[in-house]
Amino acid sequence: MTKFFNLLQDGLALGAVYALVALGFVVIYRATGVINFAQGGLVVFGAFLVYQAQFTWDWFGGGSTWPGFIASALFAIVCVAAVGAAFEALVLRRMIGQPIFAIILITIGLFLLVEPITTTVWHNPAGGIETPFGLQRITISDVRILQVNIATVVLGALVLGGFFLLFQYTKAGIAMRATAVDQEAALAQGISVRRVFALSWAIAGAVAVVAGMMLAGGAGPAPGLSVSLAVIALRAFPAIILGGLDSPGGAVVGGLTIGVAEVMAKGYIPDRFPALGAEFGDIVPYLIMLIILLVRPFGLFGTREVRRV
Amino acid sequence: MARANRTMVRSYTDDLRLFPTPAKRVGLVALIALYLLVPYLINDEWGSVLALAGIVAIGAIGLNLLTGYTGQPSLGMAAFIGLGAFIAGYYGGGRIEDGIGYDLNLFVYLLMAVVAGAVVGFLIGLPALRLRGNYLVIVTLGLVFVALYVWKKWTTFTGGNEGSPMPVKADLSIGFWSIDFLKPTVFGKELGPKQGLMYLAWGLVIVVALLVKNIVRTRPGRALQAVRDRDVAAEVVGVSLFRYKVGAFVISSAIAAAAGVLYGLYLGFLTPDETSLGLVLSIQFLAVIVVGGISTIYGSILGAVLVGALPKLIEEFVPDNWNLPILGWPIVTNEAGSTGFSKGALATAIYALLIIVFLVFEPRGLAGIWRRIQAYFKTWPFSY
Repeated sequence: MTKFFNLLQDGLALGAVYALVALGFVVIYRATGVINFAQGGLVVFGAFLVYQAQFTWDWFGGGSTWPGFIASALFAIVCVAAVGAAFEALVLRRMIGQPIFAIILITIGLFLLVEPITTTVWHNPAGGIETPFGLQRITISDVRILQVNIATVVLGALVLGGFFLLFQYTKAGIAMRATAVDQEAALAQGISVRRVFALSWAIAGAVAVVAGMMLAGGAGPAPGLSVSLAVIALRAFPAIILGGLDSPGGAVVGGLTIGVAEVMAKGYIPDRFPALGAEFGDIVPYLIMLIILLVRPFGLFGTREVRRV
Repeated sequence: MARANRTMVRSYTDDLRLFPTPAKRVGLVALIALYLLVPYLINDEWGSVLALAGIVAIGAIGLNLLTGYTGQPSLGMAAFIGLGAFIAGYYGGGRIEDGIGYDLNLFVYLLMAVVAGAVVGFLIGLPALRLRGNYLVIVTLGLVFVALYVWKKWTTFTGGNEGSPMPVKADLSIGFWSIDFLKPTVFGKELGPKQGLMYLAWGLVIVVALLVKNIVRTRPGRALQAVRDRDVAAEVVGVSLFRYKVGAFVISSAIAAAAGVLYGLYLGFLTPDETSLGLVLSIQFLAVIVVGGISTIYGSILGAVLVGALPKLIEEFVPDNWNLPILGWPIVTNEAGSTGFSKGALATAIYALLIIVFLVFEPRGLAGIWRRIQAYFKTWPFSY
């Protein structure tokens, strides 16, 4: 059981990260109907911007102090949110009315652009981002819980909770929901659909930064700070498929499920089925996704797609 | 009665002609002459670039059939390329020195790759029947990672993390005549391996281009395009979705696996990892069809030449250290650790920018530009 709980705490932290990335996908999908492949790129970009503020500029004594951590996080959030909104305004807005495939391809192009830029500017630094939570473990009767994992889950819950409040109760949130239902009707009610699109991209960018920061800060079985964070972020796709493309609640449930399933597979499969190996955990999310797609193509909480001839 | 001009279109069959005008027929002869002469005339280094372009063109034409004509976007190319390459390594005698695999000739293992690609394509096509657009992209994205995992674990077939050497000869013999494409002798002159590979690759480009062109200009092609434009409506008018969607996956995957065989021969050694058979490879093929022009065969070839030659062009013509004029910002550098793009990163960044710029400003790609130039000269001196 000890092993189970040890894996569970890693899985929940990874799941919280997936949930954040998945929320970014869902926000953009609901508003604009676009699946944003660049989300993984935004995660990487955000993590590297935090690194820039913490190590290169050494704000307030780096990331292990609270002011340094908060300042660097805010800096990265503002930058990436601005990049997201700018990309929407400058590139994607010209594509309205084009086939959905072309728009997906553009976001794939943006995704591809992040890797050369980050390696050029930051040259694959060793180690990760510093967080004030540290890499110590709290021991509760043999189960050793990583502090940064607790912090990730709590921070994830705070961000997600904040998003739901914004979505449910603020004027901007109501505008976003109205736009998701019917863009023209929303426009007729005086809602600026453009602003909603830009806001959606900005929110997606902001949650991506939080996800990237915690991943590079050591949450879950993370590899530290590198461009391969984008590959991890891509595994949030299975999470949104599981939860449903247009359901923010589904993103959270899907993210946590996929995160726990992945870590459990990595922990147990090498012992039980040595032939499969630990890497099997990496493809577990995709296998779950395939099964879900064949059984419920619209996900657990998604809206069933109605097609007209 | 005077005979109508031979280039005039009087019926639908006329419209479907492969080479409708004398100019196009002359162009065809010129292209074939070019195909026979160019590998002979250039050196092995540039032969390598053009061979890669040919290999990319084969895969891109296959992907275009699936994505451009049938409207099924796929990120799964890397998986099929890997399949073809490892079949070449295992059955073509690449690993025979380690006592593994077989030593068959080119024709046999190329055929095996095509059949294997078709079978896997069929299996992927089945779930695609239930999925569209967005979802299909994500499933094929998963395919890349699952395939990578399988390659890493299936060590007898792929060599696992140590990788697999590729065949050192690609021989073909038809009775009295035999040729080894990796060491060919043409007119008594011995050519380098990449020049030989260029003959093989562009020969296959001709075959594949004719095959796909013939599919798309006839009844099955119209069915595929109906599926692309609205699949439910296509089904209502009697197009079997199962037959055409799955069929497009089968043919496209078979072509991709054939391209994979040549890609293996080109690389000489293949290790299954993120950099060689990862998502970026799939995205590059998408870049080719977008840059060349979606739903045109010659566009795919144009795009492949541009994208395939890009790394070499950058290598040749971009200086090792280049700063932005006036401002003096470092743009290109060859020193690790200093600011500026390495040439590899620059190539990737340019691919990415090409995708974005073409989709926003020229969605019809190079083929669209070419068509506009043609229209300009056809109607000259009138601008409409």
